[in-house]
Amino acid sequence: MLELSHVHKVYRVGAFGGGRLRAVRDVSLKVESGEVVSLIGESGSGKSTLGKMVLGLFKPTSGVISFDGTDITTIRGHAARKAYYRRVQGVFQDPFSSFNPIFKADRVFEMIRSSYFPGTSDADWRERVLKAVGTVRLDPENVLGKYPHQLSGGQLQRLLIARALLLDVDLLVADEVISMLDASTRIDVLNLLADLKERGMAILFVTHDLSLGNYVSDRSVILRKGAIAEMGPTARVFENPLHPYSRHLLSCVPQLHRTWAEVDAEMKANPPEDIDLPVAPDEESAPLLEAEKGHFVGIDQG
Amino acid sequence: MSEIAGAPGTADAAGGPEPTTERKTSEVLHFAVRNPKLLIGLGIVLSLLLLGIIGPLFIEHGPNEYVGPKSQPPSGEYWLGTTSFGQDIWAQFVFGLRATFLIGVFGGGVAFVIGTTVGFVAGYKGGIVDEILNMLTNVVLVLPALVVLIVITAYLEVRGVFIQGVFIGLTSWPWAARAVRSQALSLSTRDYVDLARLSGRRTWRIITTEIAPNMSSYLVMSFILLFGGSILIAAGLDFIGLGPTNGVSLGLMLESAMKWSSLYLGMWWWFIPPGLGITAIVGSLYILNVGLDEVFNPKLREL
Repeated sequence: MLELSHVHKVYRVGAFGGGRLRAVRDVSLKVESGEVVSLIGESGSGKSTLGKMVLGLFKPTSGVISFDGTDITTIRGHAARKAYYRRVQGVFQDPFSSFNPIFKADRVFEMIRSSYFPGTSDADWRERVLKAVGTVRLDPENVLGKYPHQLSGGQLQRLLIARALLLDVDLLVADEVISMLDASTRIDVLNLLADLKERGMAILFVTHDLSLGNYVSDRSVILRKGAIAEMGPTARVFENPLHPYSRHLLSCVPQLHRTWAEVDAEMKANPPEDIDLPVAPDEESAPLLEAEKGHFVGIDQG
Repeated sequence: MSEIAGAPGTADAAGGPEPTTERKTSEVLHFAVRNPKLLIGLGIVLSLLLLGIIGPLFIEHGPNEYVGPKSQPPSGEYWLGTTSFGQDIWAQFVFGLRATFLIGVFGGGVAFVIGTTVGFVAGYKGGIVDEILNMLTNVVLVLPALVVLIVITAYLEVRGVFIQGVFIGLTSWPWAARAVRSQALSLSTRDYVDLARLSGRRTWRIITTEIAPNMSSYLVMSFILLFGGSILIAAGLDFIGLGPTNGVSLGLMLESAMKWSSLYLGMWWWFIPPGLGITAIVGSLYILNVGLDEVFNPKLREL
C-alpha cells in the first residue's frame, strides 16, 4: 500500500545554506494494509522526518513515496491533497502542542467535519464523534467541550486517534504517540492501536522504544543515522539481531530480573555470530543485504 | 489578593468548560481595568475621538470660513479665539481632529493590511516566497519614506485625506511585516498547524484561524503603533505644506499658524491647540500601547 523507494532527505544547514545534513539516506520500505511497521531509532535517526514525509509535510530530496501506486510528491492542488489526507492521517508526538491552546479540544473534530463531511447533520455527527471517542475508551462527558489545558496528555493523544478514526483512514502515521504518556495509559493506547490493526488499518509506528516496537508491530525497521540498519519481521529482528547496532540496542534494554553485569557476562560468554554487512559504494546509497527471507541488514556506519 | 473576585488564584479549579472562556476574558479585563496607563491612554484617545466626531455637528459654518473679528484671543463666543483672518479656531480644531483620526485609520489600516499579509505569507510559506517577500520588505524599509512621500504628494494636484492616508500606508508597512513574519514563523512550526494541514484546510484558513488568533494581542498593538505613526507622518507632511488641499487638519493649522507669524504676534491660541492635539493623540496612543502590553504580557504586570 505504502511504498518508499530510495528516499533521501538532505537539509541545508549553516548561515548560507552551505552545509548539508543527511537526515534520511536511501530508505526503501513497504507497509501493507493491516500491517503495523515500527520505525525504531535513536534521536536524530531520521524516523520522524520519514513520518512527516509520508504525511506530505516535508518533501523528500529524492526518491519516491508512493501510496497505492501514486507518487505522493506529485500530488498537486488542494483537492488532491485533501483526498490523500482522507486516507492517510497522522498523530504527533506532543499532544499538548497538537491542539490550538485558545480553542476547545474537540475543535479537531469540527475541522474534520467542515472539511470532509459538510453535509452531515448535527445529530448524526454527534453520534459518530461519541462512537469514535468511545472506541478510544474516553468518557465523552469528560473530554468534549473542554480546553486542551484541562485534559491530560493521554486524553489528548487519544482524542487525536479518535480524530483519525472519524476519517476511517487506511494508514495512520503514529509519531512517538506513546512517549508523552504515563505507563498506565500507555498500554491502553497500545491496545487501541492493536484493535485498529484488526480493523485493517495500516500503522507506521515511529518510536525510540524497542519494547514498544516489539509489542505492537508485525515488522520492524531499525534506523541509524538516516539509513536502515536492519529490517524484517519483528520476531526475527528481536530474536536474531544481525546488525551490530541492533545488537547493541537490544543489549541496552534494562531487564527486570538481571543486572547489567550479568547481561554483559553472558554476552561475553557466547558472542553472536558476525555476518558480513553490505558496504556502501558511496556516501549516498545504503544497500541492504537479505540475510534470511524478508530479513534485511544494512550498512555499517561505525 | 485572594479576596479580589475573579483573580486568577481564586478561580474555581473545578469549573466547567464555559467558565474557562469567561475566566480568560475576565482575567484580561481584571488587569485591564486596573492598569492606569491603559485607562489614561484610552480615556484621552476616546475623548478626542468623540470630540472629533461630535464637535463638528454643532458648528454650522465651515472651518475655513471668515466668520468673526480678526486675531481675537479665546472668548465666550470663540472658544479658542480666531486667526488673523477671522477664522474660528475651535471649528478648525474639531474638524482637524476628525481629519487626523481619519488619516490614522486610512494610513494605519492600509499599512496594517499590507504588513500583516506580507508577514503572514512570508512566515507561513517560508522558502523562496519568504526570501522574495523579505527582500521586498527590506527594500521598502530602506527607502527614505518621507522623501518619497514628499515627491509623490508634490506631484498630486488635488490631495484629499484618503489619498494621503493610502500613500502613508504604502510606505510604512515594512516593520509591521517583519514583526508579524517573525511571530508567524515560530507559530507555523507548531503541531496544530500541521494538524490543520492534515485536516484539509487551505493556507489562508490556517493563517486566519490557527495562527492569527494566537497573536491577536500582538496584532492589536501593531495597529495602534501604525495608527500613531501615520498621524505623525501626516502632521509632518501637512506642516511643510503638502497636506490635504481641500480641508483642514491639525498639521495644516500648525502650518498656517507658522506661515502667518502667530509666534511673533503672540497669538498662542492659534498654534497651541493643534500642537497639543497631535501630541495628546500620539502620546496617549503610545501610553495605551504600553498599557496593553502589560495587560497581555503577564511578565510585565505590576500587580
